[in-house]
Amino acid sequence: MRYAMAVDTRKCVGCSDCVVACQTENNVPHGFCREWVVETMNGTYPQLEIEIRSERCNHCINAPCVRCCPTGASHFADGGIVLVEHNKCIGCGACIASCPYDARYPHPEGYVDKCTFCIHRIKIGLAPACAAVCPTKCIYFGDLDDLNSDVSVVLKKRKSKTLIPEAGTKPQLYFLI
Amino acid sequence: MGIGVLAITKGTFGATKLLFSPDEAKKLKVDLKRTPTYCEVCFWKCAGWVYKTSEGKIWKIIGNDEDQHSNGRFCPRGTGGVGMYYDEDRLKTPLIRVEERGKQVFREVSWDEALNYVAAKMKDISSKHGAESMALFTHGSGSTYFTNLLKAFGSSNIAEPSYAQCRGPRDEAFLATFGEEVYSPETTDIRDTKCLVLIGSHIGENMHNGQIQEMSDAIDKGVTIITVDPRFSTAAGKSKYWLPIKPSTDIALLLAWIHEIIYNDYYDKNYVEKYCNGFDKLKEHVLDFTPEWAYGITTISPDKIRKTAKEMANASPAVLIHPGRHVTWYGDDTQRVRAIAILNALLGSWGRRGGFYRPASYVVPSAKTPKYPEPKKAWTDAFPGKYPIASSPVSNALIDASIPENKPAYLIKGWIVNATNLISSIPDQANTLKAIQNLDLLVAVDTMPMEITGWADVVLPECTYLERYDMLRISPHRKPAIALRMPAAEPKSNTRSGYNIARGLAVKLGLENYFPFEKQEELLDWQLKQSGSSLEEMQRIGVKTKEREADDLYFAENENVAFSTDSGKIELYSKYIEQAGFDPLPKYTVHEEPSEGYYRLIYGRTPQHTFGRTSNNPNLTDLMHENTAWVNPKVSKAWGLVTGQYIWLKNQDGVISNFKIKVRVTERIRWDSVYMVHGFGHGQKQMKRCFGKGASDTQLITKVLTDPLMGGTGMRSNFVTFVTEKSEKEVAS
Repeated sequence: MRYAMAVDTRKCVGCSDCVVACQTENNVPHGFCREWVVETMNGTYPQLEIEIRSERCNHCINAPCVRCCPTGASHFADGGIVLVEHNKCIGCGACIASCPYDARYPHPEGYVDKCTFCIHRIKIGLAPACAAVCPTKCIYFGDLDDLNSDVSVVLKKRKSKTLIPEAGTKPQLYFLI
Repeated sequence: MGIGVLAITKGTFGATKLLFSPDEAKKLKVDLKRTPTYCEVCFWKCAGWVYKTSEGKIWKIIGNDEDQHSNGRFCPRGTGGVGMYYDEDRLKTPLIRVEERGKQVFREVSWDEALNYVAAKMKDISSKHGAESMALFTHGSGSTYFTNLLKAFGSSNIAEPSYAQCRGPRDEAFLATFGEEVYSPETTDIRDTKCLVLIGSHIGENMHNGQIQEMSDAIDKGVTIITVDPRFSTAAGKSKYWLPIKPSTDIALLLAWIHEIIYNDYYDKNYVEKYCNGFDKLKEHVLDFTPEWAYGITTISPDKIRKTAKEMANASPAVLIHPGRHVTWYGDDTQRVRAIAILNALLGSWGRRGGFYRPASYVVPSAKTPKYPEPKKAWTDAFPGKYPIASSPVSNALIDASIPENKPAYLIKGWIVNATNLISSIPDQANTLKAIQNLDLLVAVDTMPMEITGWADVVLPECTYLERYDMLRISPHRKPAIALRMPAAEPKSNTRSGYNIARGLAVKLGLENYFPFEKQEELLDWQLKQSGSSLEEMQRIGVKTKEREADDLYFAENENVAFSTDSGKIELYSKYIEQAGFDPLPKYTVHEEPSEGYYRLIYGRTPQHTFGRTSNNPNLTDLMHENTAWVNPKVSKAWGLVTGQYIWLKNQDGVISNFKIKVRVTERIRWDSVYMVHGFGHGQKQMKRCFGKGASDTQLITKVLTDPLMGGTGMRSNFVTFVTEKSEKEVAS
């Protein structure tokens, strides 16, 4: 099993619904977020292009945050989900420094927090909060080992990219372009 | 994770089958208590569920899968609606303005004292000036109750700023053309359209949930989007064609499109012949409005005008020239939307798949109440003959009728302002404040200490939508449906629901017969039982949808359709508007342009906020806490402005924004315009999170171009320049 997410940049309107749905679902304190929206623009008026991406932890196969964690708090859960065990985390911040995507934040309660792909929801058959709420249905989630999963189907059908592939982390957050 | 309990099947992930036991579900807290609601953060009114923690605290709000407005997916504002409940700056108890040692302050009072005070003042106004001298300005779900109260009191002076400051010109233009408005949610069949044309409508930034969802579905199906906007909006970024039009020239473009579509025989001949009136006159009218003519006005090349006209024709009748929603721009707005309506008619999209569908409504009986007394004077009597085609009272006309210098035929002396911050929603703030100074009574009903509450004599704190019942939501849609809102928590502090406030006032005024049910839930249960449901059922399901009685979502082939216009046909040429004394066919009129060093102020929406209503919501300020001034790089270079720099904006009348605003240098805006999101720059200190954050566009909209047909306030008529030094600002002010 290999969980992955694909975000359709052609549909995303950058509304940040994913951000706030994640915050309420996971009780993320105000001022912090587990996911965020990036907008990039190319060209000069009037020949313009924008790309909007809903970004979060890339749940990398070769995750530097897991490798560098001194206590083993950062670990791989089933399906390759990168998690932080809050009790084991000493808040040293090595993982924050090692992440090329800046996907982690120091929780005020003293541990490092990040996207979990809403593992508590997928365990009971629900989509991650961001995917479930997105008004444009631009977030696809599922198991890459299942060729019929939403994410497998859409990645097969569409051109996609990952962010900072040169970091060699084998990210599992894909962007449909 | 318990890998054995999960099986992912194909299809939608959310529909994955569960393979765990009910005990495990309990352990995972999936069985949390939930109550139905429909959202009040904006007018889309999406139905959803309020989830609570095991301790009973409001936790999150999730869309109801059965709801056609949201399809189970709330927008960021709806998701962040919990912040409205938790906002610690909320109004907490009734307040009455008193004078202490020469200083005006608010005194906390009981509900009884507040309602007695208001009722006494209302009676006083009624006996001195007549009941019609009381006016209501209102927005949202509470409108029903306060409207009922005012009508029972004897006044029909009830205005929603959503008419004359927003959708009014659109409604009148579609009424004049098709005999029907486009309702809310709009009857736009975006999901099945092949060509979506957006005239300044920025779907995706305006977060009209159902429309965004359908636009996304349409993108999946390969829709062609054409966006006409001086700004490269999010929608423009999804478009095959972006037409960066010179602001205020849209009618010229629309006329050129009509010209192209008629003179190239692109129009739907059968449809026009069967359903439309006045085609020949229209054809003659647009003879000279060629793409070359429009080029000189709009700056859009003839080639692009031709290509986009052809795209529309290719998609016809599954083409939708979107009617827009906030359309009060230049004072000729009814005529502009008329051109949009005509274009839709020529392409045969009204009543057709991918154009406009026919809505259906759920029928629920109203409570039996006594007949309202006949108001002695209507709003139109204040300024006879003004705004002849307005089908709703015009808020700005009621404000003007509150100012003696305007010599209205009768004076408005008291306002109830429900859930609308007139200081921010009505342009020309000085005029609004002048009117307020002449009032004997100003009552503000709100959940937050908005600016208007600071000007009120009495402040009545309403609880949020998460703490109250409200009327059933009965908006027309593809299928008839109703939705229930019920409280997920007790009203916080000393707040009350709009129903209780209006009924409380009615009791004090001796008008309780108009509110026969003491508790709103009794009324709801009665209504629901009359229409085949019950409060108990609705509390369980939240949304009830019925099938349509007939298969008539679209016109049947060769159906004889009776349009509710005078002629019974679609009026390309509007005799109705002609009889009112205006152009029966839309004309392009030249608008003023900015002088050197000034730029047209264009404002719009952001998906994270609703007008200025959500600016203090802790969840939503977390997403966006201030607006920025979009400036083209050519302009920023000339002024030496850089992204992130704080400046003040000054308009053509010398008004400088109270607060500073960050510059955003971007290619996404024309060099003749400056863009900002509406709803920031609040000056009310009690709203701690949003006080002084960003600038207020309303403050800079001092020049209003009023639509003579229906009173809409054109607000894209102001020009701004940049003030970079604070000292400069201080000297000027």
